[in-house]
Amino acid sequence: MSGTYLGMPAFPEAAREAVGNETLRGNLRHATHTIRAKRAKAVTEVSDWTELREAGKRIKDHTLRHLDRYLEQLEESVTAAGGIVHWAADADEANEIVTQLVQMTGESEVVKVKSMATQEIGLNEALEAEGIHAYETDLAELIVQLGKDRPSHILVPAIHRNRGEIRDIFRAEMSEWGRPAPEGLTDTPAELAEAARLHLREKFLRAKVGISGANFMVAETGTLVVVESEGNGRMCLTLPETLISVVGIEKIVPTWRDLEVFLQTLPRSSTAERMNPYTSTWTGTTEQDGPSTFHLVLLDNGRTDTLADEVGRQALRCIRCSACLNVCPVYERAGGHAYGSVYPGPIGAILSPQLRGTGSEIDASLPYASSLCGACYEVCPVAIDIPEVLVHLRERVVEGGEVTREGNKVVLRPAKGHAAERAAMRAARWAFTHPGALRTGQRAASRTRRFHPRTLPGPGRAWSGTRDLPPVPAEPFRDWWLRTRGGKDGAK
Amino acid sequence: MNSRERILGRVRRALVDVPRDDSPYEQAVERDYAREHGDRSVEQTVELLAENLADYRAIVHRTDAEGLAALIAGLLDKRGSASVLAPPGLDPAWLERTGVTRVADRVESTPAELDRVDSVVTACAVAIAETGTIVLDGSPDQGRRRITLVPDHHICVVRVPGQVVSSVPQGLERLDPARPLTWISGPSATSDIELDRVEGVHGPRTLEVILVGED
Repeated sequence: MSGTYLGMPAFPEAAREAVGNETLRGNLRHATHTIRAKRAKAVTEVSDWTELREAGKRIKDHTLRHLDRYLEQLEESVTAAGGIVHWAADADEANEIVTQLVQMTGESEVVKVKSMATQEIGLNEALEAEGIHAYETDLAELIVQLGKDRPSHILVPAIHRNRGEIRDIFRAEMSEWGRPAPEGLTDTPAELAEAARLHLREKFLRAKVGISGANFMVAETGTLVVVESEGNGRMCLTLPETLISVVGIEKIVPTWRDLEVFLQTLPRSSTAERMNPYTSTWTGTTEQDGPSTFHLVLLDNGRTDTLADEVGRQALRCIRCSACLNVCPVYERAGGHAYGSVYPGPIGAILSPQLRGTGSEIDASLPYASSLCGACYEVCPVAIDIPEVLVHLRERVVEGGEVTREGNKVVLRPAKGHAAERAAMRAARWAFTHPGALRTGQRAASRTRRFHPRTLPGPGRAWSGTRDLPPVPAEPFRDWWLRTRGGKDGAK
Repeated sequence: MNSRERILGRVRRALVDVPRDDSPYEQAVERDYAREHGDRSVEQTVELLAENLADYRAIVHRTDAEGLAALIAGLLDKRGSASVLAPPGLDPAWLERTGVTRVADRVESTPAELDRVDSVVTACAVAIAETGTIVLDGSPDQGRRRITLVPDHHICVVRVPGQVVSSVPQGLERLDPARPLTWISGPSATSDIELDRVEGVHGPRTLEVILVGED
């Protein structure tokens, strides 16, 4: 992944700061609770949710298990429909390909429909470095871009901003980028949306190059699908002469029919709607309707490494609905920025460390950014067992082991900073296999409990820095059991 | 080695655990989900379409073949539209009662020209009742994708019950993936500001759907 977020503190530090920000917590609580309730209602409207979820899971699993075949089929069908397919092994290569494609058109401006893949590779920054301005056209992305901010949610990237903050950003920044905010702009959502409409319309109407991602790619037909609400997607996909779509290789479904599953589960899971206002599908190019040139850039960037992990592979089923963010108690308090990745929340906690590896401090900390409550698994429309993958990745961080990086098998050393945890686990293992020692230790702990510190000394300080130490009971459980039941229930 | 070979090679190495005789696609996916939700008569399906369209703030009208031209003329008049865009294959009878300037759907027309058009009238390919969705597939009576996007007012005519299906699976079945498709569920909307739904960002801010009964 790109260096966009390098230098981010590990999750615990970033989260500590976020948790202290009252406005942020208020904005997040309001937003996540609103959408959570709406989603639950939208899901109960369809009686076969369980079956749809299972079918979605199986379609994605099957595709991943035969990804090479489906990628080749997709390439063939896109090419047959008049598209041009490019392959990008990593972020740098993808950015290079897109930059060259834009340069070939002679344009220095592009309009973009919101895309996680292009955020992941840091495309806007790469284009800017070559003198090409990329305009985000999704309202939330516009807010983020104008505010020189980072997205904090997959679906509503400006979820951390309230209307007053958005008005201030529009007033201060719109004129730098084009049409200024209207005089006397207030903070009502309708006026803010109108200001965005006017500001972006002049860009849409002159744009010659559009850049998008895609929600799905159909191998059988070569069709790409984008779901959205505002119409900015339709603008970017149909008005420019050249369309460049950057899509992760895991976004394939085998057949046209498979869309019947995801077009039912995605809108309900993400925006809690029966259907999002606009869905666009295109198959190559169509004469006299839409772009005359279509490029598809197939992006790996860590996906094949993720695929190589038999437990972690399921993260690639993700359809980016963001339902897991909205139910997560950790996300609700820490916010999206704390995850230091374009993929925040529970899915980010398993996807980012797999795509990027667990080498950096932030990535090694992400598998711990969870209470393992399981709510994320419950709502996932493709049944990704996020807690299972979190635990799996924690083991990898602590114990090390064999992983795949850039296609090669490497043996990972245990991550730094987990020595105390390993030592504690080893000590626990010894104690639990030596009952006499355990009993003596527990009794000693109970007797001295008034003198215990609230935080741990030495290497344990990091652990107790984010947790309260549990109080030690006056009597060990084993003694209590012996005393109260030992003589009565015929225990030997 | 180029990136194509590199990526495909990585995929194959990543999948060494997958047995060669892994279940084929047909067996891998069970489709025991519903083809449609609930048991409705044809009239009820049309009624549900109208309800769901309205729920997402589309304005729904109902008429028969005879009343269609007058209804369209009335809607354009009420809105005060000075110009209406019509795709080349649109039934000329639909617009015969209106005196509003008719703009042709031309390949050369620039987005800026489209932006100056007040209203657009099209047919559709199929409508999905359960989700309140109309789908346009670029047929001659629906025109190129841009004409239903740039003008601020879209009137879409759905023939009922012939063009109405219950569900998303039934809708997909009727559509040709080779055509560029636009699925429309209500007018343009955003929920990006405090998750308050606001209608009208970049697409048409007003969507009127006319359900026209077939004889």
